[in-house]
Amino acid sequence: MILDPLILVTAGVCLLAGVGLYGLLASRNLIKLIVAMQILTKAAVLALVAAGAASGRINLSQSLAITVIVVDTVVAAVGLALGVQVRKRFGSLDAANLASLRR
Amino acid sequence: MLFGLVVAGIILCAVLAITANRLLASAIWLAGVSALSAILFYMLGAREVAVIELSIGVGLVTVLFVFAISIAGDEAMNAKPLVPRILGMVLVLSLVVLLGWMAVPGFRTADPTTELTSTDILWEVRGMDLIVQVSLIFAGVLSVLGLLSEKILPARAAEKGGRS
Repeated sequence: MILDPLILVTAGVCLLAGVGLYGLLASRNLIKLIVAMQILTKAAVLALVAAGAASGRINLSQSLAITVIVVDTVVAAVGLALGVQVRKRFGSLDAANLASLRR
Repeated sequence: MLFGLVVAGIILCAVLAITANRLLASAIWLAGVSALSAILFYMLGAREVAVIELSIGVGLVTVLFVFAISIAGDEAMNAKPLVPRILGMVLVLSLVVLLGWMAVPGFRTADPTTELTSTDILWEVRGMDLIVQVSLIFAGVLSVLGLLSEKILPARAAEKGGRS
């Protein structure tokens, strides 16, 4: 039996979201955290497009996916700028070193 | 078959991006994830999104990452994660199972509906969204400028004032 492509893509979306969440949990490097967030967003966009292809409304899903991609890029740019500033002020990219937020 | 190969490639690139020790390698594997998902978008029939993903995801975001890594330094970090590894694995597994359980009832036979073209949807139905997006891009640019701009020291400011 040949697997339906959409089922394959959906399984891939679930696994990709799992990989992204594991990266968010396991990493302490600020730039690595943004990489993990990008992977999670990629899974969301893939899920949108797969849902559009499954329901026959690919154009509606495309317009939503474009919004997600734009917002995601802005978030990545601001996050990377924040990471660079943290490196300048604290001397390291380790999220655990931001102790002044904890106290 | 081709779908399976592309999906497997995306997962492999994502795992390598998470586990890579060097940040630069991590950014390059992320670009691989973007490129392969652009191929997948094209195969699913979403051509506009494929082009935008290819130009923004592979081009712009990778350039942003390389720029940030070149400023912040590519330090290898092997510190222990804050969340215990077992707990993380359990959380991730439960997320994957939950997502799969929620996604499976979504498969129904699609009834062909007459649909607007994507430009019509984007510019007419969702015009408000576009305005919000444009203002969001402006806000993003302003915050990046604010975060990355250097404070002018008083001595240098006086020097500048004296020169002009």
